Amino acid sequence: MQKVYIYKGFERLWHWSQASLIIFLALTGFEVHGAYTIFGFEKAAEFHRTASWLLIGLIILAIFWHITTGEWRQYIPTTRKLKEQVIYYMSGIFKGEHHPTEKSELSKLNPLQRIVYLSFKLLLVPMTIISGILYLLYKTFDQNNLIVIEDYPLASIAFWHTMGAILLIIFLIVHVYMTTTGKTPTSNIKAMITGYEEFDEEDEVKPEQNELNNKIQ
Amino acid sequence: MCDTIHTMLRNLSFVIVVIISSLFMVNIFHHQDSFNLKLEELKHKYALKAVPSVNHSKLPALQENFKTPQEVTEACLSCHTETHKEVMSSSHWNWERASYIEGRGVASSGKKNVMNNFCLGTNSNQKSCAKCHIGYGMTSSHFDFNNARNVDCMVCHDNSDEYLKGASMAGYPDRNVNLGNVARSVGSPRKSNCGSCHSFGGGGNNVKHGDLDVALNSCSREVDVHMGANGMNLECVACHTAKNHNILGKLYSVSSDNSNRATCEQCHTSTPHLSDVLNRHGSRVSCQTCHIPKYAKVNSTKMSWKWSDAGKLKDGKPYEEEDSMGNHKYMSIKGSFIWKRNVKPDYIWFNGTADHYLLGDSIKSIPVQMNILNGSYHDRLSKIIPVKIHVGDQIYDKVYNRLAQPKLYGEAAGDSAFWQDFKWDEAVAAGMKESGLAYSGQYGFVETVMYWPVNHMVSPKEQSVGCAECHTRTNGRLAKLSGFYLPGRDSNKTQDSFGYWMLILTLLAVFGHATIRVLSKIYRNKYEKQIISYDEDKPEE
Ligand code: HEM
Repeated sequence: MQKVYIYKGFERLWHWSQASLIIFLALTGFEVHGAYTIFGFEKAAEFHRTASWLLIGLIILAIFWHITTGEWRQYIPTTRKLKEQVIYYMSGIFKGEHHPTEKSELSKLNPLQRIVYLSFKLLLVPMTIISGILYLLYKTFDQNNLIVIEDYPLASIAFWHTMGAILLIIFLIVHVYMTTTGKTPTSNIKAMITGYEEFDEEDEVKPEQNELNNKIQ
Repeated sequence: MCDTIHTMLRNLSFVIVVIISSLFMVNIFHHQDSFNLKLEELKHKYALKAVPSVNHSKLPALQENFKTPQEVTEACLSCHTETHKEVMSSSHWNWERASYIEGRGVASSGKKNVMNNFCLGTNSNQKSCAKCHIGYGMTSSHFDFNNARNVDCMVCHDNSDEYLKGASMAGYPDRNVNLGNVARSVGSPRKSNCGSCHSFGGGGNNVKHGDLDVALNSCSREVDVHMGANGMNLECVACHTAKNHNILGKLYSVSSDNSNRATCEQCHTSTPHLSDVLNRHGSRVSCQTCHIPKYAKVNSTKMSWKWSDAGKLKDGKPYEEEDSMGNHKYMSIKGSFIWKRNVKPDYIWFNGTADHYLLGDSIKSIPVQMNILNGSYHDRLSKIIPVKIHVGDQIYDKVYNRLAQPKLYGEAAGDSAFWQDFKWDEAVAAGMKESGLAYSGQYGFVETVMYWPVNHMVSPKEQSVGCAECHTRTNGRLAKLSGFYLPGRDSNKTQDSFGYWMLILTLLAVFGHATIRVLSKIYRNKYEKQIISYDEDKPEE
C-alpha cells in the first residue's frame, strides 16, 4: 500500500464548502421555485441570497487558487484516451478491468472528468451565478431610485437560473455516483476528505511520479 | 519548516471555516427586532399634538344665539374674511373637478355627473344627497355655487360632536342642533367630522369604501395603526393635510388624474424598510398591497347591490330583510345586497389615472365599468394596489344604450320618485328629464362593477401580508394578475417537466449502472471461485 497526497488543503475546503453551498442553494432555490415548502418562502429566499454571496466569495477564492497554483492546468481538456474512458464506464467497469488512465498528483483527472468539470466551471456555474446575480439585483423602473436591470424579463432570468439549477442537480447525482467507481466505492470520497489516496503496490505508479509526490509533501 | 507552515495553514483554514459557518448560523438562527430609526422619528414627530392658538369659545362674535346656520357662516367670515374663497374653490363645495382624462380631453367630473354603483347618482336626488354637501340649500341642480353664506363651516370644524346634518334637508343641519354651542366649539377637523360623510357614503356606515367605518373614530391599532386610539391616534388631517382648504387626497370613485394624492411615501419615504428586498418591491407594489391584509375589519361593507330586485312589495307596502349579521339583505326601495366583513382585497395594476362612467355615456362593455382604473404591468408607473370590487346591476335605457338616472328621492307619493311610488318607468322619466337627457321609455337592467382602492385600515406590521401569500403556486393573493413573472407563483412548465424527467432518467441510469456493476461483480466472483475451486479440486493423476 502506498499513500499519495492528491487533494491539497484548500482544494478540499473549497470542494466541500462548495458542495454544501450548492446543495443548500438547491434546497432553498427549489423552495423559492415553489417545488415544496421547508423553510417557508421568505426564509428560503433570504437564506438563498445569503448563501449565494458565500458561494460567490468562495468561487472568487477558488479562481485565485487555481490561477496562482497553476492547478487550472488539470482541467485542460484532452481527447487522449477519452474514448477509452467512456468505453470503460460503459463496459470495462462491469468486467472488472482497470481504469484506462492512472490518477496521480500531477494528473488527477481522467479525460472525461476534465471535459465535464471544465464545462461545469466554465458554463454551468457561470450560467447559474450570472443569472443568479441578475436575479439578485433585479428590479424594474422606479421613479425614485436607480434602474439596476431595466425591464429585462424576469421570466428569462429565472429560466436560465432554474436551468442551471436543474443541471447542477443532475451533475451532483452523477458526480456522487461516479465517486464510487474508484478502487473501492469509498476510496475517492476518503481521498477528498483526507487528501490522501491509497494505491496498491501493483498499481503501476511510475517511479518518477512517486518521487515527485514525495518531494512535494 | 514545511511542517510548521502546513500546520499553520491547517489552523488558519480551520479558523476561517469556523468563522464563516458561525456567521452563517447567526444569520440563520438569530433574530433581533430591528430598530427602524425613520419610523421612530415619525412617531416622535406626530406624538406632539399642536395646541390651537385660538379658543373660539372666548370670541365675542360667537356668543350669539344663532337662528340659522348661515348666520354662523357670516360670523366665521367676519374674522376669516377670505376663507370662503378657498372653500368655494374646493371639490367639497363644487362636487366636481376639472382634469385631463385620456380619451375625453379636459373634463369635469365629480358627484355632479359621475354615476356610482350604490345610490346611482345625485341628479334629481340632491335634496337627499346634499346631506353630504358642505353647503346649505342644495335642492336641485340649480344650486347657487357662488353664495358664500351657504358654506357649511361647522360640518368639518365642529368639535362638540353635536352637529348633525338633517336627513333629506338639502344640507341643512338637523333642527335640534344648538348652533351656538357648535360655533363656539370649532377647531381642527377630527375623525368624527370627516367620518360623518366619508364613513356613510352609499346610505350607511361603511357601505361604500369598506375601509372607512365610524369604528375608526375610536379603534385599536389592529384596526388601523395610524388612527388607533392605543396607537398614534392620528386625525384624518394628519395625512390629508389641507393647505388653503384644498385637501390632499382623493378617491378614484370620482377622481381621475394622478395629482394631489395623499400617499404613504409623503411621511414614510420610498425606502421605509430596513430590508432592501422589501424596499425594491415598492417600485411595482404599493404599500397598501402588503399592509392592508383585509378591510371592513369591524363592520361589514356592501359587496353587491342589485337594483333589479328593488320594488317588491308585501301587502302593497315596502319591506326590509336582514342577514345573519344584522345587515339589510333586502330593501324594497333599493334591492338586494351582499355584505362582507374582514374581506381580503382584490388586486389590480393602477397608474394613478382613472376614467368614469359619466351620465350620458354609452355602454361599451358588460358589466358596465362605473370607473376604470388604468394600469398594467407593462406601464412603468403602475403599481399593484388592493381594491374592493363592488358588483351589482343598474337600470338602463335599452334604446339609447346608456345607464338611466332614476329619481329616487321624493317628498310625497305621486311625485314619481321610486322610493315613494315604486314605478321604475316614472322614476326614470323624471330623473332623466331633470338630468337633461332623453329617455326612450324602454328600460332593463345591466350588470355593473366598480373599483374602490383600499387605503385605510392599515394593519400593524406583524400582520402585514406575508411573502408566501403571493409567492405561492396556488391560490395566492395575486393569482389573478397576469402578464409578468412572479417568483414562486410562476414557472416555465416545459422546463419543469424537463427537469422532472431528467431527474428520473438520471436516477434510473445511476441505479441501473450500479445494479449491473454489483451483479457483474457477484457473477465474476462466483466465476473466479469456480475456477479456483476447480484448480484445487483437481483430481490427482
Ligand atoms: C451565486 C449564486 C446564486 C445566486 C446569486 C442566486 C440568486 C438567486 C435569486 C436572487 C433567486 C430569486 C429568489 C430571491 O429573490 O431571493 C434565486 C432563485 C433560485 N435559485 Fe438561485 N442563486 C444562486 C445559486 C443557485 C444555485 C447553485 C442553485 C441550485 C443548485 C440555485 C437555484 C435556484 C432556484 C431553483 C431558484 C428559483 C427560480 C425561480 O423559480 O424563479 N441558485 N436565486
